[in-house]
Amino acid sequence: MTSRTSFWTTLTDPLIRQNPVTLQILGICSALAVTTTLATAVTMSVSLTIVLTLAAGIISVIRRHIPDTIRLIVQIVIVASLVIVIDQILQAYFADISRALSVYVGLITTNCLVLGRTEAYARYHAPWPSMIDAFGNGLGYSFVLIVIGTIRELFGQGQLFGVQVLPLADEGGWFTPLGLMLLAPSAFFLLGGLVWVVRSVWSEQAEPPEHSPPLRPEPVE
Amino acid sequence: MSDAWSFFLFAAFVDNMPLTLFLGLCTFLALSRRTESAIGLGIAMIGVLGVTVPLNYLIYQGLLAPGAWVWAGQPDLDLSYLALIAFIGVIAATVQLLEMLLDRYFPAIHAAFGVFLPLLTVQCAILAGSLFMVERQYTLTESAIFGVGSGVGFAVAVIMLSAIRARLSYADLPAGLRGLGIAFILTGLMSLGFASFAQMAASP
Repeated sequence: MTSRTSFWTTLTDPLIRQNPVTLQILGICSALAVTTTLATAVTMSVSLTIVLTLAAGIISVIRRHIPDTIRLIVQIVIVASLVIVIDQILQAYFADISRALSVYVGLITTNCLVLGRTEAYARYHAPWPSMIDAFGNGLGYSFVLIVIGTIRELFGQGQLFGVQVLPLADEGGWFTPLGLMLLAPSAFFLLGGLVWVVRSVWSEQAEPPEHSPPLRPEPVE
Repeated sequence: MSDAWSFFLFAAFVDNMPLTLFLGLCTFLALSRRTESAIGLGIAMIGVLGVTVPLNYLIYQGLLAPGAWVWAGQPDLDLSYLALIAFIGVIAATVQLLEMLLDRYFPAIHAAFGVFLPLLTVQCAILAGSLFMVERQYTLTESAIFGVGSGVGFAVAVIMLSAIRARLSYADLPAGLRGLGIAFILTGLMSLGFASFAQMAASP
C-alpha cells in the first residue's frame, strides 16, 4: 500500500505542487520559445518527456559505475545521443514541425530540466522510480507548455492545431487576432501570470519577502 | 556604418538571446538577483560565446560538414548529425580551459566570476550560438562577430534586469508574484522595449 502511494506522489507531485517550470525554475528556455502554436508545443513536450524518461532510466542503471568527477560529461553525452535520435526522427517524419522548432530540439541537450532531474534524482534512485519521477516532471513541463501554447495560438491566430476556432473579422467573423500574442513579450507575461496563479492557490510556494517593512513606523524626531 | 558594425548590433540587440529568443533564461533569472553576479555572468558570457562560436565553426567546416572529407577520398561522408555532441564537447573543454587560464594568470578575475564559469557548459544560449551559426550559414568573421555580439546583448540585458530587481526588492508585491513571477513580467516589459531595436540593424 505504501509503495503504491509513493508511486502516485512521485508521479503526480511534479504536475503542480512541485512543477518544474513554475517552482523549480528549470527548463524555461525552451518552454517559452516553442509555444506560439499548439502543435510545436505538443511536439516539444513529447520529445522532452521521452528524452527525460530514457535519460533518467539509463543514468540510473549505470549510476554506480559513473565516477563522480566526470559524471556531468557522461550525463551530457547520454542526453545528447538521445536528442540526436529524436531530432533525426522529427526531421524524417515531421519535417514541417522540425523546421518550426529550429534549434530548440537540439537545445533539449542543455535543458536544465533534464540535467536537473538526473543530478537531483536519478543519481540516487533505482531505475524504476527514477523513470517515474522523470515522466512526472515531463508531464508537469508539458502541462505548462500546453496551457501557454493554447492561449497564444487561440488569441494570436484564432486557431487550435491550425484549425480555425474563432472566426476572423477579415473573413466575416467577429474575432480580431491579437498580434502581441505571437511576439516574445506575451510569453513572458503569460508565464508570469501562470506563476502568480499557481502560487496564489498553493500559497506555500510563495517566496518570502527579501525585506520586511518595520512593524511600527519609527518616531520622527 | 559598416556591415560588420550593423551585424554586431543585429546580434546584440535585434536577436537578443534572452529577450527575443528565450535562450539562457534559467541562469538569466537565477543570477539577476544581485548586480555583482549579473556583471560576472555577463562578462563570462561574452568571453565564452566569443571563443566557442568561431571555434565550433572551424570544427564544423573542417570535420563535420558534408564534403569535409573530400581530401581523404570520402566525398559522400556527412557527419553533420554529430554536430550536437561535438559542440557540447568543445564548449565544455573551452569553459574548463578558460577557467584554468584565468586561475593561473588573472586570479582576481577568476575569484570575481569563477563560480559562474562551470555553469555555462549547460547554458542553452551558448549551445544555441553555435547551432544558429550552422543553421544560418555564417562565415568565420560573421560567426566571431555574432558570438561577441550576442554575448554583449546578454550582458546588457542581465545587468539591466538585476538593477530593476534590486530596486523592486523593497516593493510590497502580492505574495504569489514575489521573486519569479515579477521577474517574468519585468522580462516581458524589457522584451517589449527591445522589440523597438528591431529597426536598428537589418538582418544580413
